[in-house]
Amino acid sequence: MLMLKCPNCGVTAEETEFAPGGEAHLKRYTAGSEDQAFSDYLFARKNPRGVHFERWRHAFGCGKWFHVARCTATLEVFGTYSAQTSTPPDNIIAAVKAKRPDWEGFK
Amino acid sequence: MSTRLTSGGSVIDRETSVSFTFNGKKFKGHKGDTLASALLANGQTLVGRSFKYHRPRGIMASGVEEPNALVNMGQGNRFEPNQRTTTTEVFDGLTAKSQNHWPSLEFDIGAINNKVPRLLPAGFYYKTFMKPQWAWKHLFEPIIRHSAGLGNAPKEADADRYEYFYAYVDVLIVGGGMAGLAAAREAGASGAKVLLLEQTANLGGRLAVDSATIDGKPSAEWIAQTTAELEAMENVTIRTRMMGSGVFDHGYAMGYERITDHAPSDTAPRHRLWRIRAKRIVTATGALERPISFAGNDIPGVMLASAVRDYATLFGVSAGDRTVVVTNNDDAYRTAITMKNAGLEVPVILNARTEANGALPNQARALGIRVETGKGISSVNGYKFVTGVEICSQAGEGTPLETIPCDVVAMSGGWSPVVHLWSHCGGKLNWDEANAMFSPDPSRPPLGADGNGFVLTAGTASGDLHSAPALQNAITAGRQAATEAGFTPTESAAPLVITEAEEPMLPVWSMPAGAPYKLRAKSWLDFQNDVKVSDVRLAAQEGYESVDHTKRYTTLGMATDQGKLSNINGLAILADSVNAPIPKVGTTTFRPPYTPISLGSIAGEARGNLFKPTRKSPIDTWQDANDAVWEPVADWRRPYTYRRSGETTGQAVTREIMNTRTGVSILDASTLGKILVKGPDAAKFLDLLYTNMMSSLKVGKCRYGLMCTENGFLFDDGVVARLSDDEFLCHTTTGGSDNVYAWMEEWLQTEWWDLEVYTTNVTEQFAQIAIVGPNARKVLEKLGGMDVSSEALPFMSFTDGTLAGIKARPFRISFSGELSYEIAVPNAQGQAFWDKVMEAGEEFGIMPYGTEALHVMRADKGFIMIGDETDGTVIPQDLKLGWAVSKKKEDFIGKRAMEREFLQRSDRKQLVGLLTENPADVLPDGAHAVEGGKNRYGQENMIGHVTSTYFSPTLNHSIAMALIKSGSKRMGEVLTFPIGNNKTIKATVVDPVFYDKEGERQNV
Amino acid sequence: MSNAVSILNGATFNGAVKITEAGLRGMITLRGDLSSAQLKAAVSAAVGLDIPAQRKVDHGPMGGVAWMSPDEVLLLVEYDKADAITADISNALTGEHHMVVNVSDARAVFLVAGKGSREVLAKGAPVDLSPDAFGIGDIRRSRIGQLVAAFWMTEDETFELVCFRSVGAFMFDWLSTAAREGSLPEYL
Repeated sequence: MLMLKCPNCGVTAEETEFAPGGEAHLKRYTAGSEDQAFSDYLFARKNPRGVHFERWRHAFGCGKWFHVARCTATLEVFGTYSAQTSTPPDNIIAAVKAKRPDWEGFK
Repeated sequence: MSTRLTSGGSVIDRETSVSFTFNGKKFKGHKGDTLASALLANGQTLVGRSFKYHRPRGIMASGVEEPNALVNMGQGNRFEPNQRTTTTEVFDGLTAKSQNHWPSLEFDIGAINNKVPRLLPAGFYYKTFMKPQWAWKHLFEPIIRHSAGLGNAPKEADADRYEYFYAYVDVLIVGGGMAGLAAAREAGASGAKVLLLEQTANLGGRLAVDSATIDGKPSAEWIAQTTAELEAMENVTIRTRMMGSGVFDHGYAMGYERITDHAPSDTAPRHRLWRIRAKRIVTATGALERPISFAGNDIPGVMLASAVRDYATLFGVSAGDRTVVVTNNDDAYRTAITMKNAGLEVPVILNARTEANGALPNQARALGIRVETGKGISSVNGYKFVTGVEICSQAGEGTPLETIPCDVVAMSGGWSPVVHLWSHCGGKLNWDEANAMFSPDPSRPPLGADGNGFVLTAGTASGDLHSAPALQNAITAGRQAATEAGFTPTESAAPLVITEAEEPMLPVWSMPAGAPYKLRAKSWLDFQNDVKVSDVRLAAQEGYESVDHTKRYTTLGMATDQGKLSNINGLAILADSVNAPIPKVGTTTFRPPYTPISLGSIAGEARGNLFKPTRKSPIDTWQDANDAVWEPVADWRRPYTYRRSGETTGQAVTREIMNTRTGVSILDASTLGKILVKGPDAAKFLDLLYTNMMSSLKVGKCRYGLMCTENGFLFDDGVVARLSDDEFLCHTTTGGSDNVYAWMEEWLQTEWWDLEVYTTNVTEQFAQIAIVGPNARKVLEKLGGMDVSSEALPFMSFTDGTLAGIKARPFRISFSGELSYEIAVPNAQGQAFWDKVMEAGEEFGIMPYGTEALHVMRADKGFIMIGDETDGTVIPQDLKLGWAVSKKKEDFIGKRAMEREFLQRSDRKQLVGLLTENPADVLPDGAHAVEGGKNRYGQENMIGHVTSTYFSPTLNHSIAMALIKSGSKRMGEVLTFPIGNNKTIKATVVDPVFYDKEGERQNV
Repeated sequence: MSNAVSILNGATFNGAVKITEAGLRGMITLRGDLSSAQLKAAVSAAVGLDIPAQRKVDHGPMGGVAWMSPDEVLLLVEYDKADAITADISNALTGEHHMVVNVSDARAVFLVAGKGSREVLAKGAPVDLSPDAFGIGDIRRSRIGQLVAAFWMTEDETFELVCFRSVGAFMFDWLSTAAREGSLPEYL
């Protein structure tokens, strides 16, 4: 069971305080968009063995959403950061690179 | 005969006697005894019957690894099966009964299985109960069920209490033996917050039995002194009778504390499950001795060598008068020496190694004990108890050379480190060839949140089986754990341990090496599940090469002891059978808990009235006192109806409906979700959230709105009221309040964070009381305080004011089709308001109605219910709610999905009304409509199903709503609904609005 | 407001630790830009206190204020004054994006008092409640068993705990069970 630090209220708490929200940084496709793009937005999700970016909500705490950069294989947490960003910030990218030099980068 | 010795017994209090019963017979033991030691002290060596062959079984071990001596413990509401006698402390009044026999322990009919073991080989069940198919249900399963299981299932609810406890520490140390104590002292001295768990009642572990001199002190003194040092440290806590049962991700460990098992109590919890977060976990879990596989190694009296000396040293109990020791290592000589020094006979030590010249063998010889090298046991004589052993050459095929009378066989196949907790969360193992064991690989530990290892092993658990290196290893582990947890260990001198040097062990997986089938078929591997060497060989012959498959096929290691004694021997036999090295065959996965923990402890306090929170409205107490028939609605309980004495539930519902249609009734609608949405962008936000246009709603007005997911599927509905230019109140369904609130926040925080909008869930700030029926306005007028005329408060509007002296906000909205006011008042005054309404309404015959009347009346009107007419695949258009889906808005959640071809098809299932041919026939909920013909599976072709169905007292006719393929094109069609037993109901497709189609009744 | 009642009318349980339903309390949710001078002034006018730091709670003669999230504080006032203070703050923040709501009736408040109160909460909250990790002035939003809750300490060995009103009776039963005589771990 994971321990995560909520960047909004600063609490490091166990997983039971949080609710998972799936893959982070999805781009929303709306009215008029291409069928394939919309279908991918709805249904296609990354499932990497390794570095992954996720959304979590501090459901039993401050109620705020945030992002987590995590390794799905080892459960290592590289960092947590604001939900109000559409790509991982530089410091998170650097933190991942430092631990996973072979990581191909955020795509 | 086992008995109490006149001396020895470091953990028992000879001054204090306790009485207990075993199979109804009264016994006496001492405080500090385990049930096992007390039984042995009373000469009770036969304790149970085995699982498959019902063979007599005794006590084999002295701790958690005990496979045989399990009993039914306690009585009535404190009864529990499969309790280990070796880990149960005796107390006054303890009652235990042996298991798995009929009619008695001494004479067991089931032992007939033992006469025909060839008929019960590995995979017996898979091979035998295959055909005919019918026989499984009617013949095989009932028989197997009758004979399956060890103990009896409890029949009464558990009288005890259980609970959780959350603890956060820097260093958690599991195990209170030499290594655990030493590691704790190092970590404690650094200032780290340390919690040390010991599963038994006593500290010291093996050091309390196998003496050594540490830093000039005898072991007992070292244990006492180290314990005292730890107790003096404020940052260190020692908890005994608490097992470290599992290690999980990110420093999470489970502690299983047995608080009252040794001293029953009506106040204290029986077990407390500790949920511990530690920066570092040190597993000082020691090692377990391995049995040896020889014929008859399961007969009562055959015991682990270490257990035999544990009973003598710790409990002052001799397992028997004449002990034959059989071993492949030096350590077991300690047992011979202990027994001899206690004045008992040790006729021979059978040493499977060809030489034995270490300090311990020489000490044994010096005591006059006969030592036979290169020898083993061909077979054990006896059935219910050991009478002797047949000696043979280990290298041969088991030809008996000599019969040695004895009543105890103390066996030792070497030791395996307890790697369970290291392995639970992914710690990897190495094969140690010299000691023939798997030991932790410190370079591949379980990884924590920071990517570093968070578990360290200490002492023998690391694979250092001898005291001196084990102690050094533990000290290093304690210091490393403290350092990694952010503390600085203090300097300490290397310890000086003086103990006997030991020569290498020799792996002996089968005794004798060339044992023929006849011997192998009596050589047990898994004592609890009755798996023998012959079974594993047979599995290998039949092609089971993977350890995981073999385990499941033979049930090796699948009993309640999870193979603590059997795993390594079974692996070795399998490896030998398939001609592979042991590490290649690998080991099965170690999973928590380390030993079984009570289901009660997992449930914790969540039972009875604390099982699950029930949300209660402010009117709950009144409702409960006024005949409410409760119904769970989401997390709430709501009155289904208020059943008066003499009424059936159905009659009560009918009364409530007719009273509402003709007079006036009152409904507690407090459970509806209420969410405030405020900000400069509130209207814009709601336009995105709802399918309807909400920005055009006028202040003071209400609008029914729909919410869809991005898939276009309807998931909640409710009335939105505009409080001001920049503030809205959104009503949701009862079950949807938390979800919709979370949904709003999710979109605001993660997608549209540029919008200036705040939300607050005010569901529970208000009681919401609906006054419904033609006389509703009269009741409000009587309450007084504001103008509630149709001019001042028209349909689909609201206003703020006072009613009956209470701050109130009446909404003119209706879910019944009648004149209706839903009045929000402060929750804390909800009951007061309800009382005033009941008082004012008395002259109009007001009465409360429940959720069923609400449902029937809304169905009369064709109003949909989220969860009835929707199931996560339904779009508004399917429900004739296309009018509520804006075509003007550029975007809203679900809009893009509605452009998809599948959602635009004309043959989607659409909402229709149904009138049954016979007005009295009520369609079953979920009934399917068929259109004739069968599909390729031979099933009827189905075209849709009933979503809501009631008998409407208003219409005096059964009504239903259904989702039917191309339903809107089928008006007037008669559909067929098979309802089982070859019966069908026919119903005509009609408009789903059955009553007051023009809406005149609600708009007055 | 004589006819306003709290969820359990001040019920108490005396065990190893004393549990008391605290009666009606005024609580106001204020959301907005916590760094804004206008908002700070409004809060100061309402309860005479500054905006607390992250996860802190402060009390004074006029009331209390608790940090709830980066854009939310909870004002603790007298129940009967909550509506008026809510209106005052709303007026004071005219022109600034904010939300202020009286939520007094949506809550139940409990006092958990006595030696061992930390342990009562630690039976249900996955929170480090040892004295070096949690003290007076801290507020924690978490869960107690299955229930959402927030709690803080008013003095040594005394907690105030807030949950939703609809589960107030369940919370009281839970706390009473956890606080019964002879059940404390005596660890913290």
